[in-house]
Amino acid sequence: MTVYHPETTEQVCEVVAWAAAAPVPLRVHGGSALCRLGRPVIAEHDLVLSTLRGILLYEPEELVLAAAAGSRVVEIEARLARNNQMLAFEPPDLGPLLGAPAGQATLGDIVDANLSGPRRVKAGAVRDHILGVKVVTGRGEVIKAGGRVVKNVTGYDLPKLMTGAFGTLSVLTEITVKAVPAAPETNTLVVTGLDAPAAVRALTTALQTPHDVSAAAYLPAAVAQRSSVDSLAAAGESATLVRVEGFGPSVAARSAALRAILESAGSVQALETDDSKRVWREVRDVALLTTDQDALVWRISVPPAAGAEVLAAIGAALPKSVESFLDWGGGLIWLAVPADTPGAGARPIRAAFAPFGGHATLVRAPDSVRMVEEVFQPTSAALAALTDRIKTQFDPSHVLNPGRVRATASEIPA
Amino acid sequence: MRMPTPNDGLLQRRSEIVDRLRGVVPGPGVIGERDLLRAYECDGLTAYRQVPLAVVLPSTTAQVSDTLRLCQEMGLKVVPRGAGTSLSGGALPLADGIVLGLSKFNRILDIDYDNRCVVAQPGVTNLAISQAVTERGFYYAPDPSSQIACTIGGNVAENAGGVHCLKYGLTTNNVLGVEVVLMSGEVVRLGGRHLDAGGYDVLGAVTGSEGLLGVITEVTVRILPKPATARAVLVGFPTSRQAGDCVAAIIAAGIIPGGMEMMDGPAIRAAEDFVKAGYPLDVDALLIVELDGPEAEVDHLIGEVESIARQQGAVSLRVSQSEEERLTFWAGRKAAFPAVGRISPDYYCMDGTIPRGRLPEVLTRTSELSETYGLRVANVFHAGDGNLHPLILYDANVPDELERAEQFGADILKLCVDVGGVLTGEHGVGVEKRDLMEYQFEAADLEQQQRLKCAFDPDGLLNPGKMFPKLHRCAELGRMHVRGGKLPFPDLPRF
Repeated sequence: MTVYHPETTEQVCEVVAWAAAAPVPLRVHGGSALCRLGRPVIAEHDLVLSTLRGILLYEPEELVLAAAAGSRVVEIEARLARNNQMLAFEPPDLGPLLGAPAGQATLGDIVDANLSGPRRVKAGAVRDHILGVKVVTGRGEVIKAGGRVVKNVTGYDLPKLMTGAFGTLSVLTEITVKAVPAAPETNTLVVTGLDAPAAVRALTTALQTPHDVSAAAYLPAAVAQRSSVDSLAAAGESATLVRVEGFGPSVAARSAALRAILESAGSVQALETDDSKRVWREVRDVALLTTDQDALVWRISVPPAAGAEVLAAIGAALPKSVESFLDWGGGLIWLAVPADTPGAGARPIRAAFAPFGGHATLVRAPDSVRMVEEVFQPTSAALAALTDRIKTQFDPSHVLNPGRVRATASEIPA
Repeated sequence: MRMPTPNDGLLQRRSEIVDRLRGVVPGPGVIGERDLLRAYECDGLTAYRQVPLAVVLPSTTAQVSDTLRLCQEMGLKVVPRGAGTSLSGGALPLADGIVLGLSKFNRILDIDYDNRCVVAQPGVTNLAISQAVTERGFYYAPDPSSQIACTIGGNVAENAGGVHCLKYGLTTNNVLGVEVVLMSGEVVRLGGRHLDAGGYDVLGAVTGSEGLLGVITEVTVRILPKPATARAVLVGFPTSRQAGDCVAAIIAAGIIPGGMEMMDGPAIRAAEDFVKAGYPLDVDALLIVELDGPEAEVDHLIGEVESIARQQGAVSLRVSQSEEERLTFWAGRKAAFPAVGRISPDYYCMDGTIPRGRLPEVLTRTSELSETYGLRVANVFHAGDGNLHPLILYDANVPDELERAEQFGADILKLCVDVGGVLTGEHGVGVEKRDLMEYQFEAADLEQQQRLKCAFDPDGLLNPGKMFPKLHRCAELGRMHVRGGKLPFPDLPRF
C-alpha cells in the first residue's frame, strides 16, 4: 500500500496513467474526513491531494478565484474575507460530525461531494459556482473545461458533471470558483415553539416574499437546546429560523417586514450579527443534530414544502429516538437514527419521501454498514446504465474510487 | 459550412422512411411534403439553410421515445428543435435527417408556489412561464431577448442567458429537473422539485448540450418572488475605459446589480435615433445600472452607485424616477439590435465573454479590426457578466462582405479567448462557432467532451455537425494509449 502526495497536476497524471495501465484502483481524496462519504473504496493505493495546494488566481473585482484542489476551504474563505468576499454556497465543515477535527476539508472535497450549506435556498449549490476545472481523467489525460467567466456556454458543462462525482470520473486538480461580496449585516428572526408542520408553513411563507431570505431552518426543541446561542438553548422550545443578509438599511427594512409576517405564526425574537452567525454555523455543520457518536446520520433532499410530512412519516416508521432538523426551507432533512436500526433505516426513510420525490444519502455510518446499504439513492435502470456508461467514458479501467458511488460489478451482491 | 456528408441510401428511401415515421406519429404529426418542409430549413442563423428529409412533431413523450428508437434502428439523424430562434444554427437541419419539433408540447403542467417551481412542457415559451405566475408576484429569472418566442426546452438545450445573469444566473442555475429521452428511446428523469438532483449531475451536463445528448420532454424550473422594486441609473462617460472602471468599482463596493449594460458610441446613436430614449449623444460609453430588490436596499444602493459613477468621471447621470422612466432607459438598449438594423442592410451579432477588466483593450482592438476589414461595428455589452455582443455591419448584396464579416467575427472571438474569455456566453456553439472550438480547447479536451456524447448517443445520430469541428467514432475515442506499468515518480514522498 502506497500513499501518493502529488504536488503538481503532472504528478497526478503520472500516478493515474500508471494505475490505469496496470490497472490498479486508487482511493482518491483530499485527506480530510470527507473521504468517509460514499461507499467505502477498496483500493490498494491512496492518491491524496492535500499537498496540491495554493491559490492560483484571485481577482476580487472580477469575482473569481482559482485554487489547487487540495487547498483548504478555510484558507480560501480567509483569503476571500480579506476582500469582503465569500463563497456563496456556504460550504459546511462536516469534520466534527464525521469524528475528525474541524477545518480540514479541501476545496476538492467540497466539490467532489457538492456540499452546500444553508444559503443553498437563495444562492444555489456548489455546482452553480464552479466556473472551470482542470482534471486528470481516469484515462490519465489532463483536460480543462469551463473557464473563468460567469457566462459561458462553450461546449458541454463538464465542471458541473465533475461536481458531486466523488472523484469517480476524474481527479480534480484545479478549480475556478465564483466569489461574491460578503454581506455586511446578517440578522435572524426566530419563531419559538412551532411544531414541524407549522414551521414549514412559516418558512414557506417567508420564502415566498420578496424579502430575499438567505436561509430558512427548523430546529426541534431537543436540537435547539444544544445551541451555543444562549437565548435558543434557554428557551426549551423549537426554533424556526429565518435569515436576512445584506446592507444595513436593507436588512433592517426586510427584518421588520418579515417579523410582521412571522408574528402571525408565533412569538418572534431577533438574533443580531454574532448570534446569527453562530447559529447558522451550527446548522451548516450539523453540529446540533445528535450527541450520540454512534448514531447513523442521513441527509435527505425533498421538495421543501413536503419536509414536515416526510419527517412525520419517517417518525412513524422508525424508533422514537430518531433526531432531526430541517434546513433549506424544509427541503433538507438531517436525520440521526440509532446505530442498531435495522438496515440503517434505509427502506422506511426512502419510502417516506417516495410520493414526493427526492434523494437520501447515508452520510455517517461505519464502513461495514456503508458497504452493504445503499448509501446513495437508487435510480431507475435507465439512469443507472447511463451513469455507468458515463463512468466508463471517463475512467475506462475503473481505477478512480471504484465502488464509491455505485457497487462495481466485481463486488459480491449483498 | 461543412456538414456531415448525406447518406444517399437514406435520401433514396425517403418515402419509405416518412411512412414508417407516420406509423409512430400519426396524421399531420409527420411532414414530408417538400414545400411544407421549407418552413424548417433554418433557425435564427439565417445565413445557413437546409431542407430536412422530414419533420416529426410528436405530442407525447411516448411518441418522442418511439420516434428516436425508430431513427436509431434506421440510422437516421435527428435535429431537435424548439422555436427555432437559435442564433448559432443549433437547429440547422440535415438533408438526410429529420427535424424533431417540440412545438406541440405547449402546456404548463403544474404551478407549485409552495415549492416555488413550475413544471412545463418544453414548447412553452420562456415569457409564458413568467406570465403564468405573475398574479402571485413570481417570475422566471432568465430572460433571453427572444423570450417572447423562444421555448423553455430550447432554453435548457442552449443554456440561455439574458441581462440578469450576474445576479440570477443562466438557465442551468434555474432548472430543478427535466425529463429527457435518449437516442435509444429510453426515458430518464433527472432532478425534480427538490434541490440538487443527486448522483452524477447529468442534469447539469444535459443543460446547454445543444440537442446533442437527448431530447427534453419536460422541465421543472424554479420561480422567484418578483423584487419589490427596480430602479435604473443611466450614466454617460467620455470613454469606455472610464465606464469599465465604474463597473469594476461598483462590484468592488460589494454591489451586484440586477443588470448592468454598456453601449458604445455607435450603438448609443443608433438606439437614440430609433427610439428616442433620451440617451446623451456626446458620450462614448453609456451604462445602464439597474438595482432591484427591497425598496430600502434599492434606495440605499442607488445613492452608492451615483457617487461611484461621479468619482469615475461620469459626465451625465440620471436616476429613473418612475417605472415609466426606467423602462425608457431600457427601451434603447432593448432596441439596439433592430436600431443597428436600420443603419445597415445586415448585421452579424457576436457573443464572446471576457473578464470584465479587459473590456477597454478588447474594444480598442475591435475598432482596429473594424478598420482592417472595412466594416463598421457597434458594441453592446452585458457589462455585469462580461458578455460582449459586437454587431458587425455589412451588406450581404456586396460580394464577399458576408465572408469578411464572418472573418471579422472570428477574430473578435479569438481575441475574447486570448484575454481569458470564451467563444460564446449565451448563443451556443452550434455550427457558427464550431470550427473555432479548437482555438479555445486542446484536442484532449474536445475528445473527452465527445466521449460524454458517446455515453448518450454512441452512434452519433443526435444533432451531428454541431459543436465539434471533427467527428470521431466512439470506438476510436474509446481506445486507451497504454503506457508502461512502472511505478510513477519514485522520488515522491510516500507515507
